[in-house]
Amino acid sequence: MTQQSPGFDLITRDRDSAVLMISGDWIQGNSHQDFQSLKEDLCCIVAPELIVDGEQLGQWDSVLMAFLLQCYNQCRDDGIAFSMRNVPANVNQLLEVASTVPTHDPGAAPGSSWRDWFDPEHLLRQLRSATVDSLAFIGELCIALSRLVIGQASTRFSDFRHFCYQAGPNAFAIISLTSVLVGMILAYLGAVQLQQFGAEIYVADLVVIGMLREMGVLMTAVVMAGRTGAAYAAQLGTMQTNEEIDAITTMGISPMEFLVVPRILALVVMMPLLTLYANLLGVIGGGIVAGGMGITPLMYIAQGEGAVALNHLCVGLIKSVVFGLLIAVAGCRSGINSGRSSAAVGQAATEAVVTAVVYLIVADAAINIIFQQLDI
Amino acid sequence: MSEPHISVRNLTMAYGSRVIQSNLEFDINRGDIFVIMGGSGCGKSTLLKHMLGLLSPAAGDILYDGQSFFAASEEQQDAMRRRWGITYQSGGLFSAMTLAENVGLPLQLYTPYSAADRADIIAYKLALVGLAGYQNYYPSEISGGMRKRAALARAIALDPEILFFDEPSAGLDPISSSLLDELIVQLQSSTGATVVMVTHELPSIFAIATNSVYLDATSKTMIAYGDPKILRDHSDQPVVRQFLAREASSSATAEEPS
Repeated sequence: MTQQSPGFDLITRDRDSAVLMISGDWIQGNSHQDFQSLKEDLCCIVAPELIVDGEQLGQWDSVLMAFLLQCYNQCRDDGIAFSMRNVPANVNQLLEVASTVPTHDPGAAPGSSWRDWFDPEHLLRQLRSATVDSLAFIGELCIALSRLVIGQASTRFSDFRHFCYQAGPNAFAIISLTSVLVGMILAYLGAVQLQQFGAEIYVADLVVIGMLREMGVLMTAVVMAGRTGAAYAAQLGTMQTNEEIDAITTMGISPMEFLVVPRILALVVMMPLLTLYANLLGVIGGGIVAGGMGITPLMYIAQGEGAVALNHLCVGLIKSVVFGLLIAVAGCRSGINSGRSSAAVGQAATEAVVTAVVYLIVADAAINIIFQQLDI
Repeated sequence: MSEPHISVRNLTMAYGSRVIQSNLEFDINRGDIFVIMGGSGCGKSTLLKHMLGLLSPAAGDILYDGQSFFAASEEQQDAMRRRWGITYQSGGLFSAMTLAENVGLPLQLYTPYSAADRADIIAYKLALVGLAGYQNYYPSEISGGMRKRAALARAIALDPEILFFDEPSAGLDPISSSLLDELIVQLQSSTGATVVMVTHELPSIFAIATNSVYLDATSKTMIAYGDPKILRDHSDQPVVRQFLAREASSSATAEEPS
């Protein structure tokens, strides 16, 4: 059987009815006039009824059904009665199934002009709700911590110990690698400049002070933000998705005391210890480079010893506590406020790392300025 | 019958400006097995979350033993919650804890039991739901049906007065699901607790429910209240009869996306 190209013909003989003759093979691969051309004609008809006549219809598949459904919807919108004759029974049936449930009106479609997506009011609202969320989180955290101090919080020590282990010893390998390399980078950077004055020996001072005050703690914090901060957000976000946080709340336990406080405390306790470790390894890394430039280990140690001072060490450690708090707060806040889907958990983890890193840099700058003013 | 255990008074639920259900008004008596039914996306789980106090109503109130939940102070709310046992749609078990720790957590927090006594109680509760010996398994290591039962064991840890179930038998095979129904009935009759469950599993509804409410997605309110077996034959609402007799018809209402 040869295929006939599909087509239709709108016949309006009298004012009472219009007949749409469907002919040919309405199957995939055969091009036909599209609905748009019919739509304009349909708008013009005055008849109260449209009859679809399928007498000359050959083969058909979903192409025909898609076309008929559009006709049906158009007729319904225009208030024209729609009926069919001489069509296969299953065409009738399929159209009935497809039109049982009324089309859902998605409401006003979001506009596509730049004004719609760059909406300052919307941005400000977002900023406001983000600020309110953050303040609420900080407030609840303070309440939970104060309850912990008076011994009323439902925080479990075993959780705290577990998170300490996760944040501390488990991070040794990556912290070792990064801090040795950062120590070496500092030494190279300094050595090239100091060589011009023949003052290579001062590489030791540069590395020791640089690591203790700045690089040791900052690199540790960045690694921990990616490692632990993101993990906190993902854990809490998944718990939100699994309704675990609902379960905790309805048990009469504050999720803040039970989930957030042990995580934050663990990171605040572990950060200074990791920073000390990172400082040590960074200085050793600097020593390796110095050795390559002809400074013996003994000279390096002797020179470095002179540079070690309590205030440098304290600056680093104070920073480490602040950074630990910021990373943990950013991670937990993103996790607790996460949505209830796997995409939302991913978003929470990303947000945790990005906000943590921004917090770190801003806090580092602020602390440095304060210490500069205080001459520490 | 004395005063109702739970009363929902003129409750309206909304997410922002989108109203989910309005003017809900029904009582749940002590010892009832009460089912919240309705088509998909009609707000059954949302109603349950309101009853659990996880969401605040747009209007109206929910009373437990005549005491308003939402007007109560935080301490009172916690005290009320301690008399409830809840299982969630996805189980809600703590994935980072073993089954023993899951069941033991409420005991550890709210009872003066020693660690040894607690272990005995945990073993007993797990045995009740047929999970004896699974104390040291993590939720991810057991099957879906077992997780539902483990969640039930945690829900009954504190011998609650009210048990809430969110679709307890969803995703279970017919045998496991009927076993779970049986278990719920047995626990209910032996402890006298009030059971509130969200479900649309007809076999469960007819097997165990003593009272029910039907939420309608189109009119956004409750359209039937009573024993489901009676509603099936005598409800004046065709939709409810269709739902309970599992019939589709051309006049069946459309499902709204949730």
